[in-house]
Amino acid sequence: MKAIQTEQLSLGYKDELVIEELDLTIPKGEITAFIGSNGCGKSTLLKSLARLLKPKDGSVELAGKDIDKTSTKEIARQLAIMPQSPQAPEGLTVLQLVKQGRYPYQSWYKQWSEEDEDAVQYALDVTGIKEFEDRTVDSLSGGQRQRAWIAMTLAQDTDIILLDEPTTFLDLTHQIDILDLLSELNEQEGRTIVMVLHDLNLACRYADHIVAIQGKSVFEQGDPDEIITPQLIHSVFGLQCQVTCDPICGSPMCIPYSRQRQVKGANRYAAQQVQAN
Amino acid sequence: MNNKQFPVRLGKVSFLIDKKSFYIISLLTVLAIVLMIVSLGIGQLFISPVDVIRAVIGQGTEMENLVVNSFRMPRILLSMLAGAALAMSGAILQGLIRNPLASPDIIGITGGAALTTVIFLAIYTDRSNTLTMSIQWLPLASFIGAVVIGFLVYFLSWKNGRITPFRLVLIGVGVAAAADAVTSLVMILGPIHSAAKATIWLTGSVNGTNWNEIATIAPWVFGITFILFIYARRLNMQELGEDLAKNAGQLVQRDRFMLLLLSTSLAGGAVAFAGGIGFVGLMAPHIARKIIGSAFGALIPVSALVGGMIVVLADILGRMLFMPLEVPVGVFTSLIGAPYFIYLLFKSHK
Repeated sequence: MKAIQTEQLSLGYKDELVIEELDLTIPKGEITAFIGSNGCGKSTLLKSLARLLKPKDGSVELAGKDIDKTSTKEIARQLAIMPQSPQAPEGLTVLQLVKQGRYPYQSWYKQWSEEDEDAVQYALDVTGIKEFEDRTVDSLSGGQRQRAWIAMTLAQDTDIILLDEPTTFLDLTHQIDILDLLSELNEQEGRTIVMVLHDLNLACRYADHIVAIQGKSVFEQGDPDEIITPQLIHSVFGLQCQVTCDPICGSPMCIPYSRQRQVKGANRYAAQQVQAN
Repeated sequence: MNNKQFPVRLGKVSFLIDKKSFYIISLLTVLAIVLMIVSLGIGQLFISPVDVIRAVIGQGTEMENLVVNSFRMPRILLSMLAGAALAMSGAILQGLIRNPLASPDIIGITGGAALTTVIFLAIYTDRSNTLTMSIQWLPLASFIGAVVIGFLVYFLSWKNGRITPFRLVLIGVGVAAAADAVTSLVMILGPIHSAAKATIWLTGSVNGTNWNEIATIAPWVFGITFILFIYARRLNMQELGEDLAKNAGQLVQRDRFMLLLLSTSLAGGAVAFAGGIGFVGLMAPHIARKIIGSAFGALIPVSALVGGMIVVLADILGRMLFMPLEVPVGVFTSLIGAPYFIYLLFKSHK
């Protein structure tokens, strides 16, 4: 089952192509992560899937229909995108922000139907920010703010959710927190989630499907357990690394080679290391 | 939701009313009315507020009825309407450009109106310094200038099939400066008498307003305000940025065009009748945002009320401080507005 499909898709700014003649399928009901080095075009690709960027050539299909030929309001009820570090205007409250997610269902005289109320209520509850609903978005902490934006995306009530680096600028605790929330939404409600992720190991943990982008196209895609190898990492990121097993969830884990400090003697983790080996 | 908002639903029609906004708007409306009543009593002939109310309903002395209803009422209503229109115009631009420093003066709307006004005065003044064309046509000339420059800026800002707010501001500042230069040139070359008249107009003045002018501007401002309420939710979405507006299914460029048209029409109407009252379009929406937050459903009426009150207050000061001499309202709005602008600049640089 496919949620989104691209055909011979070429993307770019001005005369420069960022993605060239790409055929890509996003599986339905799974978590897909785009990985790749800075400037490889993964955010550009994500934007084009959500019709925020017009293709230079080729097409994007949503549920088998070309998005260029579908009304933008109809798409807004099927697919939502959360851009990278979005900005809320000063003084906007969490409730007002989350309410905006209902835009595709509203009109100037129909601004707060029962469905709107239920969807906003649900979004506030599931993201755990109900208690902050009257606070302004700019007064929240980074993690709470990100939850507020996700709540707005959820209020849009779409089967497909795209997120451009939803964990940037968050500390590790909140990164896990946000990814757990997305994983829960995927598992319990079957929502298709597509995101750009910087952290390779987190991508391997959470994504069912990884798309590695390099050289204006997809270098490799598939189940992280199968495709993540030192060769792939080297080709995509230009980084030498070892791939081992994540001791907690068993997913592949990349450990890069680098200049490093001299580790003095045996520390308490060394013994475990030996055991594991 | 909770006790801070309550939904209003009637068939397909539904709104969520914020209690705080409701109270604040009611309070500001009362304040504005009080201020207007006070203002109606001030002048050569001082009339107490109670007598003002009596005069408004036609129960005062003949003299009071005449002074209040025929002389003072039109200018005070014009102050209120012009202030409200400039404030709403600024609120739209600030949302559209996503910058609190945007105002109708900045994108050249006021400058365009000034230009056509001085051209009108220069062309239709003969050698004996009398106007050969009825002064009634002056507002039309100013309005045309405002709209033409507004749209010139808009079309010059197009690039690669879209308009970015940043480009709009840059082009606006450039075009406004050019319009100012031509305005000065026309004033220097034109007859001296019209230069004096133009100077008063350029500063912004509500002196000598009559009921005919109110009959023109009032439906204009109210009509556009109504359309603006229809567009409020689009403006809310615009303020979250282009990507999210598109994501929500908005036709971003088409809505930007409409919102700019509404903003230009409001500012154009205000400057046509009251002249280039400075800084109201900048200050009022900014103050309103501090009071009520940034959801446009409430921000529009609060901006309008604040803007109207600023101009009414400036008019009171203009009439009282140097009695019997009268100072144009624009002098006072600029006297408060310019430092406010610098304060905003200073704050945004931190």
